[in-house]
Amino acid sequence: MLHELTLTGLTAKLAAKEVSSREAMQACLERIDAVDGQVNAFMSIDRDDALGQADAVDAALAKGATHAGQPLLGVPVSLKDLFCVKGQPVNCSSKILGDFRSPYDGTVVRKLRDAGAVLFGRINMDEFAMGSSTENSAFGRSNNPWDLERVPGGSSGGCAAAVAAQECFGSIGTDTGGSIRQPAALCGCVGLKPTYGRVSRYGVVAFASSLDQVGPLTRDVRDSATLLGAMAGHDPHDSTSVPTEVPDYVSELGGDLKGIKLGLPGEFLIDGIDPEVRAAFDAAVKQCEELGAEIQEVSMPHTEYGVATYYIVATAEASANLARFDGIRYGDRVDGDDPFSLYCNTRGQGFGEEVKRRIILGTYVLSSGYYDAYYLRAQKVRTLIKRDFEQAFETVDALITPTVPAAAFKAGEKMDDPLQMYLSDIFTISCNLAGTCGISLPCGFTSDPKLPIGLQLIGKPFGESQLLKIADAYEQATPWHTERAAL
Amino acid sequence: MQYEAVIGLETHCQLKTKSKMFCGCANEFGAVPNTNVCPVCLGMPGVLPVPNERALQLTALTGYLLNCEVPGFAKFDRKNYFYPDVSKDYQITQYDFPSTTTGHVDFEFGDGIERVRVTRAHIEEDVGKNNHFAQHSGVDFNRAGVPLLEIVSEPDLRSADMAYEYLNALKDILIYGGISDCDMEKGMVRCDVNISVRPKGEEKLGVKVEIKNMNTFSGVRRAINYEVPRQIETLESGGTLVQETRRWDDVAGITESMRTKEHAHDYRYFPEPDIMPLKPDETWLAEVFSHIVELPLARKQRFVSDYGIPAQDADVFVGNVPLGDFFEQAVEGAKNAKAIANWVINNLQACLIETGTTVDELKFEPAAIRELVAIIDAGTISSKGGQEVFAALFENGGSPAAIVEARGLAQVSDSGELDKWCQDAIDSNPDPADDYRNGKENAINFLKGQVMKASRGKANPQVVGETLAKLLKG
Repeated sequence: MLHELTLTGLTAKLAAKEVSSREAMQACLERIDAVDGQVNAFMSIDRDDALGQADAVDAALAKGATHAGQPLLGVPVSLKDLFCVKGQPVNCSSKILGDFRSPYDGTVVRKLRDAGAVLFGRINMDEFAMGSSTENSAFGRSNNPWDLERVPGGSSGGCAAAVAAQECFGSIGTDTGGSIRQPAALCGCVGLKPTYGRVSRYGVVAFASSLDQVGPLTRDVRDSATLLGAMAGHDPHDSTSVPTEVPDYVSELGGDLKGIKLGLPGEFLIDGIDPEVRAAFDAAVKQCEELGAEIQEVSMPHTEYGVATYYIVATAEASANLARFDGIRYGDRVDGDDPFSLYCNTRGQGFGEEVKRRIILGTYVLSSGYYDAYYLRAQKVRTLIKRDFEQAFETVDALITPTVPAAAFKAGEKMDDPLQMYLSDIFTISCNLAGTCGISLPCGFTSDPKLPIGLQLIGKPFGESQLLKIADAYEQATPWHTERAAL
Repeated sequence: MQYEAVIGLETHCQLKTKSKMFCGCANEFGAVPNTNVCPVCLGMPGVLPVPNERALQLTALTGYLLNCEVPGFAKFDRKNYFYPDVSKDYQITQYDFPSTTTGHVDFEFGDGIERVRVTRAHIEEDVGKNNHFAQHSGVDFNRAGVPLLEIVSEPDLRSADMAYEYLNALKDILIYGGISDCDMEKGMVRCDVNISVRPKGEEKLGVKVEIKNMNTFSGVRRAINYEVPRQIETLESGGTLVQETRRWDDVAGITESMRTKEHAHDYRYFPEPDIMPLKPDETWLAEVFSHIVELPLARKQRFVSDYGIPAQDADVFVGNVPLGDFFEQAVEGAKNAKAIANWVINNLQACLIETGTTVDELKFEPAAIRELVAIIDAGTISSKGGQEVFAALFENGGSPAAIVEARGLAQVSDSGELDKWCQDAIDSNPDPADDYRNGKENAINFLKGQVMKASRGKANPQVVGETLAKLLKG
């Protein structure tokens, strides 16, 4: 069946003219019709627009366009509901944006289009990317294709679920504290968070500006390399994007792990890791060793402060980033007698509980008299965490850790306890604080129920090429990425 | 008890750039509302600010012109507050690491030169404009994102007049440097005034009152002239002042309370994560430094001392830079700078205004004025002839000597012909001649007139006078 192909598998067939882009798009739509009632990954789909794009690509292919010039030619890719696409809705799974449609294309969208991708669908997420389960979506949660009673992770949970359910050939998400890697781990797919500055954030609704980064969720490492290659690069619209050369990530894949040094951070391997997750992780480390990697213990002494630091920096930035949703220029407005009450009514009714919680927290840590104790201190700790990584990377090429301490949890299980929910990101958060790149890929399953387990590799800043190479070597030596959820 | 006012100013002025601070929209006044807007300056979801390079250069240049330090590290911050004209509900500004710090402005006040220290001049974005109609309100975001320079003075001002002169001097500097057009009518300059009073001789500052958003310099002067006595009277009548923000009512001519310290905004400043810190390197700074211009006060002082012209004339050349530059070229190597200044100010400037032309469009070189003055001083032509030469120069260009030659304007100073005209005048008019001989010196003027008539105006009047006197006394 067409929808079962990887992105790479599909492009081979498109290039060979064995299938058309319309057929590929149609296959996704049929699969969505068949399974998305259970998975609930998609909030909306503009089918005519999607098929129209596919037809345009087929016409281009007929005229001689090739995958050498446009590596994603004809490939249906879905987008998390925070990417701005001209004329399309962007809601961030929140009520507050109402019937807003973006008046412009973001840079990632433009680059994916330039590479030939067929962009479709608005994928469910935690409201404004705040959460680890998609349960904070104002439009209902998405379900984990491996067990519909369980969450797919978050905030890019819909993306991971859609990829795992084979509803698209790849999905683009964002990762602020683990929002790509954690759901990828929970749904058994590959999720890459590039280095901060590697991919433009222009046209991506911001949660925490200094932490957000766009990345792909795919069925295997090679597909992520392809999507990253299409999205990466300096953007004059984003002054935090970096003008570093973009390597050909795909052509650099292959080979074993000889000469690679992997760091095992003792601080990550704490009590409280699920035994099955720990066993799968230990086996993965051993597998890497067998592939030629040298395993070395490293120390990341400031790891324990990661979550606290993150929730100060991220919420502070979010409190300002989300201020613009005020009902004045766009989105839903709930009127009031004066501007102040208009703001209160609009925001009070438009935002969900978790978003309000974080805005209040962020406002608090920036307030006069508290700034030094919270925000400033958090920035200093952030520097220390970054230094931990720099020191580790002096001796190793990448760090190896579990992505999440446990497999997917049941829906509702952690909704009453935000702190427990926050701890789901404990292994992914410091990578964002340090600004470097990380990837999660499948490394096994729990036994009963059968749920995916994720392996995290963290690479050097702008070292995506090597990171993908290591992940690919492990993946190609193991069967985990070929397993599919039974829907 | 004698009181003293302590005043500091925060002056905002819009930078003269083609585009806005963080997007490509036109920085233009007077367009139809919400036509110079884009997703970035409207604060749409997902947009990012990218600093305008030209605005950063003008900010650093302002620093140099105000004798500031231009540090090698500066950054942008977010100032958070909800208001409909603030599209993102935060304003991007500079908080603790501004682009320029610690400078000063020297300006003429009273009989001398005063110095006001400048705390900082930083760059930020302007906000939109709220418009209120009968049944609803609207916001025009054309102004949102226009680069705005905020120049903060130390509390070195002591009176309304001093503040007024400081503002004018500041405005002249900014116009000189090409930083801003400072057009008050277009709201390009706005001012916040901080005022306190204290007993004369006291070091400790009194309770500060801020008057927000003044948009004329005369308004600033009037507001201070209202506010200072108000504060003194409050204290003298046993009352206390509260730290507060007040609004100036230009029609009523009074200030009134807006909010007190307890209700002051907490702006929750924090570093703008969307923009990397600014680290201007030496090459960049050197390029900016190369655009430094001479300041108005320095120019005035140089014109007075180098050319010996009156301060009043120097003011004209400070106020009209192209004219002053023309003067400087004309005066090069000349003996009579004052006369050249007179020709440039009285004749050239008048003709330029009358014909609506500029110095650039002149058909003659500055040296022509130097030559004109020289031939008048040498007596080759009369000053009346000079007027004719100048008119011809302005009209058609050319050189004064050639014009004198072509029009036969040269005066006759040659003694043979002059002697004859003079003798004829004395002979034909015995009465005035006798009057002169009898001590009525004015009588010579009649004879002079006769000679000028006979020569058809070409005789050199000075030589005529001398010759007549010689012949009469002879």
